[in-house]
Amino acid sequence: MNFDLTEERQMLQDTLRRYLADRYDTGVRNAILDSDTGFSAEIWAGLAELGVIGALFSEADGGFGGAGFDIAVVFEELGRAGVVEPMLDTAILGGGLVAALGNAEQKALVEDVIAGGAHLALAHGEPASRYDLNRVETTARTEADAIVLNGRKAVVANAEAAGHLIVSARESGAVDEPDGISLFLVPAGMAGVTLTGYPMFAGGRAAEVVLDDARLPASARLGAAGAAFPALETAVARAGVAMAAETLGAMHAATALTREYLLTRKQFGRPIGTFQALQHRFADMLIELEQAQSAVINAAGHLGEDAPRRDLHVASTRNLIGRVGRLVAEESIQMHGGIAMTQEYELAHIAKRIVMADHRFGDTDYHLERFIALSTAAA
Amino acid sequence: MDLAYSPEEQAFRDEVRAFLAENLPDDMADAVKAGRDLGKETYDRWHAILNQRGWLAPNWPKEFGGCEWNAVQRHIFDEECSFAGTPRVVPFGLTMLGPVLQKFGSKQQQDRFLPRILSGEDWWCQGYSEPGAGSDLASLKTRAVRDGDHYVVNGQKTWTTLGQYANWIFCLVRTDPEVKHQEGISFLLIDMDTPGIEVRPIVLLDGTPEVNEVFFDNVRVPVGNLVGEENKGWTYAKYLLTHERTNIAQVGSSQAGLAAVKRMARAEMSGGRPLIENPHFAARLAQVEIDLMAMATTNLRIISQAAVGQAPGVEASMLKVKGTVIRQEINDLARRAAGPYALPFASEAVEGSNEPAAGAGPVSAQYFNNRKLSIFGGSNEIQRGIIAKVKLGGGK
Ligand SMILES: Cc1cc2nc3c(=O)[nH]c(=O)nc-3n(C[C@H](O)[C@H](O)[C@H](O)COP(=O)(O)OP(=O)(O)OC[C@H]3O[C@@H](n4cnc5c(N)ncnc54)[C@H](O)[C@@H]3O)c2cc1C
Ligand SMILES: Cc1cc2nc3c(=O)[nH]c(=O)nc-3n(C[C@H](O)[C@H](O)[C@H](O)COP(=O)(O)OP(=O)(O)OC[C@H]3O[C@@H](n4cnc5c(N)ncnc54)[C@H](O)[C@@H]3O)c2cc1C
Repeated sequence: MNFDLTEERQMLQDTLRRYLADRYDTGVRNAILDSDTGFSAEIWAGLAELGVIGALFSEADGGFGGAGFDIAVVFEELGRAGVVEPMLDTAILGGGLVAALGNAEQKALVEDVIAGGAHLALAHGEPASRYDLNRVETTARTEADAIVLNGRKAVVANAEAAGHLIVSARESGAVDEPDGISLFLVPAGMAGVTLTGYPMFAGGRAAEVVLDDARLPASARLGAAGAAFPALETAVARAGVAMAAETLGAMHAATALTREYLLTRKQFGRPIGTFQALQHRFADMLIELEQAQSAVINAAGHLGEDAPRRDLHVASTRNLIGRVGRLVAEESIQMHGGIAMTQEYELAHIAKRIVMADHRFGDTDYHLERFIALSTAAA
Repeated sequence: MDLAYSPEEQAFRDEVRAFLAENLPDDMADAVKAGRDLGKETYDRWHAILNQRGWLAPNWPKEFGGCEWNAVQRHIFDEECSFAGTPRVVPFGLTMLGPVLQKFGSKQQQDRFLPRILSGEDWWCQGYSEPGAGSDLASLKTRAVRDGDHYVVNGQKTWTTLGQYANWIFCLVRTDPEVKHQEGISFLLIDMDTPGIEVRPIVLLDGTPEVNEVFFDNVRVPVGNLVGEENKGWTYAKYLLTHERTNIAQVGSSQAGLAAVKRMARAEMSGGRPLIENPHFAARLAQVEIDLMAMATTNLRIISQAAVGQAPGVEASMLKVKGTVIRQEINDLARRAAGPYALPFASEAVEGSNEPAAGAGPVSAQYFNNRKLSIFGGSNEIQRGIIAKVKLGGGK
């Protein structure tokens, strides 16, 4: 066994960490959060140039990585710096799905993504689907050689910035059946597609997307009709690793800020870090953080395996990260006292990131249930 | 022992309920239930409605215009208000300063200030904390130096809740820097319109400007605004804090919060069924409800023990810790119940267009905002320290 990063990944981590440390401080991020787009084109171009996007795709798809540990390295750094740019939506979800299902023509989009020229968004969740991937009420009806989409997609991250939405819709089957779901490449601004955008609590923007007789050519379908579910599951498993790693990075940042504060903030004539009531809790945070680090390694290392084993590890990791995340966010705030409650202090954003990550593609409870189901099935 | 409400208590509940049904404006209840930020106008309007009925000051003696309700009556009133969705009554004048003036204030101060608290003419805020004096309140540095018949105040207060609406602030100031920390502190009433005062908003992590910094630059305060004796302010401050803490248990708002979570969980679907039927969610919900049921009784037991007007001691700390932890758990459940709809910054953005999320309200904002509950009013660590000190000896 070997828990060291390969030389390439180590280099990627170092460069990315340095780049973000130089460019992405609280002031820069707050300005980005206040902007209409919710992300910075300049930072995005910088990340593309550093090869950060390429590291998330395999060589076959035009990148130079794409494995679990590549994803983990990149997202841990993004989380550490509290980056709000839509790397998950454009690269892992959108780019990953086009790479997995697209034909040669469609895959040109992946090149654009890697070069930093294209943005994507996955429009999959619906108002009644919560975290269930298989529940799709949006319909795709074939009319001559056109496809007509109808339905409503909920909280579609990065929708407004995306050149294309990747929309899931049902071509056959009952509302919760995995079979019968297709994915379509829907160009931005198309007739029949309405976006109602809003900022998200922890940064970035999302939109409610209404599809009202949106008409597409049949060539907009990604892969075979009704067969997109396994690719969706894979993309979401990859997203699970990314989010766990991002949250881990954010937890490292929160813990570092808390350590600093415990050492410097004085009350009753001494640093508050000398009170045992806080020392033990800080120690517990560190113990849990090590657990979180291991959980991310587990998920990243099993990402290439067959679906049931892969998903068992992703579910276990996301459950653990959800629990530790809540602990670290709440304890960091508590030990800082009032100052942590202020918008302009770095921890405020980091803590929001940690907690809000739990609401994408399954929360702590959802992944607990998924783990129970998958581990009982495996036994 | 008898846990059933007496016929008189039941009649009182009916009376409160009828009053609320008639007098609580719908727009107000809607805003409260949706968890929206309430502006000064809303607080003022509700304050006036209660004052009109004579129900504004449950804990004040009758001679000062209070209701002198007993613990059970207060509990019933609190419960009914929470279920109806009334705004909270801003506590600084009514539950904090009021009792201090009644016990330690001069006759002139009582005559001048108490009626104006009831009428709503004065909006008070609390000037205790400073950047370097949070948990260690006694280390506060804001100076008040006697100059003829005035004190001249210099320094800075912070975390002043709703100070942007206030026209008066009650402050702890240092009048003797030579003696031991607690002994050189005085309790001063300061008109916010006095020259030399500047209020700067602090935006909290949920985006609300709920607290402020208050700066004092050679602010002249008449000596008549000193409460009690000079350098004895710590005694009054502690008396006030125990009042602050009893109110922080907030059983009623926890009950209302729990009811809101249940409403959401009935509307929100998970795996094709209402979330409330999901065994994991249901178990977590039940656990909090069980804690809250016991908490409601703990609260009643403790406040019944305390004689009217006399604040409980270490029990107040217990109520504060348990009450805040339960409320924070409920906020966490609400956030989870909303699922992906916890992500939007302002859920008004999706309200109306989305039925399941419509009842959700700004759940993430509330979850984060209420992290304050375990920090202010004496942090939960400080409360635990008090409990341990008293029970392990060395305390009162
Ligand atoms: C089943 C068993 C097998 C054992 N086997 C062996 C053995 O083979 N050989 C051997 O030499 N010993 C052995 N021990 C002894 C063991 O190492 C001691 O029990 C241990 O060191 C704790 O000491 P104590 O029991 O005196 O508790 P104390 O030291 O009296 O501690 C009591 C409590 O106070 C806490 N505490 C103490 N100091 C602090 C502090 N500074 N800060 C915070 N909390 C504190 C402790 O954590 C504990 O909760 C064994 C004990 C048990 C129970
Ligand atoms: C939203 C909000 C509203 C507020 N409103 C008001 C107001 O209207 N008026 C007012 O005067 N103040 C107000 N406060 C201030 C509040 O009372 C203080 O924040 C509180 O006293 C804690 O002080 P601090 O923030 O400086 O934290 P610190 O005292 O620096 O504490 C930091 C951490 O150290 C812990 N700690 C400190 N000392 C010890 C110890 N001895 N043992 C163990 N742990 C310890 C604390 O529990 C906390 O976890 C408000 C605060 C907030 C957040």
